[in-house]
Amino acid sequence: MAKGYEVITHRYDALVVGAGGAGLRATLGLAERGLRTACLTKVFPTRSHTVAAQGGISAALGNMGEDDWRWHMYDTIKGSDWLGDQDAIEYMCREAVPAVIELEHYGVPFSRTDDGKIYQRPFGGMTTRYGEGTAQRTCAAADKTGHAILHTLYQQSLKHEAEFFIEFLALDLLMEDGECRGVLAWKLDDGTLHVFRAHMTLLATGGYGRCYFSCTSAHTCTGDGNAMALRAGLPLQDMEFVQFHPTGIYGAGCLITEGVRGEGGYLTNSGGERFMDRYAPHARDLASRDVVSRAMTVEIREGRGVGPDRDHIHLHLEHLDPRVIHERLPGIAESARIFAGIDVTRAPIPVLPTVHYNMGGIPTNYRGEVLTRRGDDREAVVPGLMAVGEAACVSVHGANRLGSNSLLDLVVFGRAAAIRCAELVKRREPHKPLSGDPIDRCLARFDRCRNARGSRPTADIRLAMHRCMQSHASVFRSGEVLRQGIAELQDVVDSFAEVRVSDRSLIWNTDLVETLELENLLQQAVVTVHAALSREESRGAHAREDFPLRDDENWLKHSLSWLDEDGRVRLDDRPVHLFTLTGDVDVFPPKPRIY
Amino acid sequence: MGPFALPTSSKVTPGKLFPAPPGARRPRRIEIYRWDPEAGGNPRLDTYEIDTDRCGPMVLDALIKIKNETDPTLTFRRSCREGVCGSCAMNIDGTNTLACTKALDDCRAVVRVYPLPHLPVVKDLVPDLTHFYAQYASIEPWIGAQTPPPADRERLQSREERERLDGLYDCILCACCSTSCPSYWWNGDRYLGPATLLQAYRWIVDSRDETAGKRLDDLEDPFKLYRCHTIMNCTDTCPKGLNPAKAIAEIKKLLVERQK
Repeated sequence: MAKGYEVITHRYDALVVGAGGAGLRATLGLAERGLRTACLTKVFPTRSHTVAAQGGISAALGNMGEDDWRWHMYDTIKGSDWLGDQDAIEYMCREAVPAVIELEHYGVPFSRTDDGKIYQRPFGGMTTRYGEGTAQRTCAAADKTGHAILHTLYQQSLKHEAEFFIEFLALDLLMEDGECRGVLAWKLDDGTLHVFRAHMTLLATGGYGRCYFSCTSAHTCTGDGNAMALRAGLPLQDMEFVQFHPTGIYGAGCLITEGVRGEGGYLTNSGGERFMDRYAPHARDLASRDVVSRAMTVEIREGRGVGPDRDHIHLHLEHLDPRVIHERLPGIAESARIFAGIDVTRAPIPVLPTVHYNMGGIPTNYRGEVLTRRGDDREAVVPGLMAVGEAACVSVHGANRLGSNSLLDLVVFGRAAAIRCAELVKRREPHKPLSGDPIDRCLARFDRCRNARGSRPTADIRLAMHRCMQSHASVFRSGEVLRQGIAELQDVVDSFAEVRVSDRSLIWNTDLVETLELENLLQQAVVTVHAALSREESRGAHAREDFPLRDDENWLKHSLSWLDEDGRVRLDDRPVHLFTLTGDVDVFPPKPRIY
Repeated sequence: MGPFALPTSSKVTPGKLFPAPPGARRPRRIEIYRWDPEAGGNPRLDTYEIDTDRCGPMVLDALIKIKNETDPTLTFRRSCREGVCGSCAMNIDGTNTLACTKALDDCRAVVRVYPLPHLPVVKDLVPDLTHFYAQYASIEPWIGAQTPPPADRERLQSREERERLDGLYDCILCACCSTSCPSYWWNGDRYLGPATLLQAYRWIVDSRDETAGKRLDDLEDPFKLYRCHTIMNCTDTCPKGLNPAKAIAEIKKLLVERQK
């Protein structure tokens, strides 16, 4: 084998890359259906970033007042600023109810109402009767819902005896004849390389928040699957849409759930004013995240921020009953104490809009099959490849995701992908041949990084990328700033040729891991800024100061970005699905988005 | 009693010194356990001097700063950096905790960082947790019920029943408690240890689980459960403020009660 690396080959019916909420839900669905399934993950499953989700998972159960999945669907479409695909959103919101019930049956320790049902709290953008009232739709396990769900899904995977390959770093997709035939991976604890052959590979590799200097995302959120797709010649969709969560802790960037505002918390500026009243008179602090983040940014820009540098905002929950905080928000009380030195029963939390979620990702249909453009077919299925969770762009979140729709996305589409995969893959079928070429190409990239002897340490280049993205692709964008950003980022990308890896070992070489992750991040950063410059309108999380209005005539479409081997970005688009899956609900045509 | 000594190969030797950068305003020494399986040899204690004026507040910030700026070969696990994923569990100043929530200001003048004790070391601060995870899986940590759940709605659970899970379901499986327990050091092959027993109790007291009897049967064993001697290191060290010792005591009480 190339470069003297010995490669161990495994054969499975299906392969899941990533063991967060989506990866685990898919894995257990596949194991349940009798497919020989491997799940490989770079961290132990319960360490995946799903664990950090706090506020809850949305579903129109109606436990705390009237609700209807169609209202949930409308809210999600409005939240997406009409960029979401309505067939997929219909599927998600309708399936939400059985999906959450299933989680409860799996053993998720949801908080409870007085009559013993699942507790539901209000969340941003979640309304009743198509915007009239406030819905209590977000099912919560205190403020540790992600933790509760992730641990439960891991437990169910153990029950179904799914096979895990833990602390394996996936390096690249093995593509041949336009089909995915598996993945090359590196086992950290003994330094060996492994080819996983599979009839279906499911990417559940999460988002790429770590492109930015300040984000709520874990260090491991480097979007490895997205970059693998780019290198395999596949497009990424809607990459310009990066969600800033209104309430990351000032300085540390750690998340403070929107559930705080759901339970009655509110934001103030330096004058002590509840400024959201001016920006969203109806929904106030529970407007969509993009709306609140922009409002906070404007307040700070206009000199009404708090603190010695007037560069952040206060989040209050001192007025809440301490028992409510203890029962429903214990985790954020702990985070605020540790990372801001604040006792939330006495003082406000200093917060700032912080990069949180990527609406963009690998384009898929609502069954999880990866799509690309082939000739005139803008939705051609890529055989052998699926994507789920934050890595995927189904697209149910469009231009802006609503809080608590993410955990829902994970379980609904993790399950849907498992069902579809079981339809497509016959058990124990022999594998198609795979020539050595794709493996050699992947190994060459790995070896080049491992022996990189340039002048720039990985951390230097990463910091340059962080600074560039933070200042050029932020809450507000403009053509001029984005053009600067593209030029600066190109310098950073070019400097990667001069990267230096100091650790040459193969066992737990985290210097090399971080370098491979950095290359992944750089590729995603590049398509993000190019897609952002191209979209000359403001929609959801993408706010252009030079194009402040939504432009449905020209831009009611998904962007697609390819990254050619020479590093050039190629852009295209595909229509938004303005149709539904069934006749049970009508299409919601675009209209102005006011909260 | 025969002579007792650690194998010579596990003796930690003094390592390299990486002095503070010139002009450091608030230098601080951090001593870190290093061992590279590919280089072999004895483990060593490297000393890094960092400028805490240019470093975040937590021990993890210091480790990342060292890795970024001084020594990229330094190896440790980390992910969420907010105390919820459990990756960066290690021994800091003699206590097992999470590097991401342990403030440098709460450490000794010279901070000393070791991997979690009494586990095989893979490299530097990365221990092998395979056995720990296998023990967790061995207690069947999933809901057990013969009664099928209602078809299209949740099982009901009162708020009081749900409250019993607080302090149990929150465990992040960081292994700080188990690897702080002298009983686990001696009998970790057969004693399940506080983390796994806490998880066992989480299912025993869940009103929705119907297999408490079987779970108790499985735990009624001189090693699995009864190697707990109420030393309390587990509760003392838990970075999430949980009380595994109490969970173990509750299991023992249930076993006594059912003999009556």
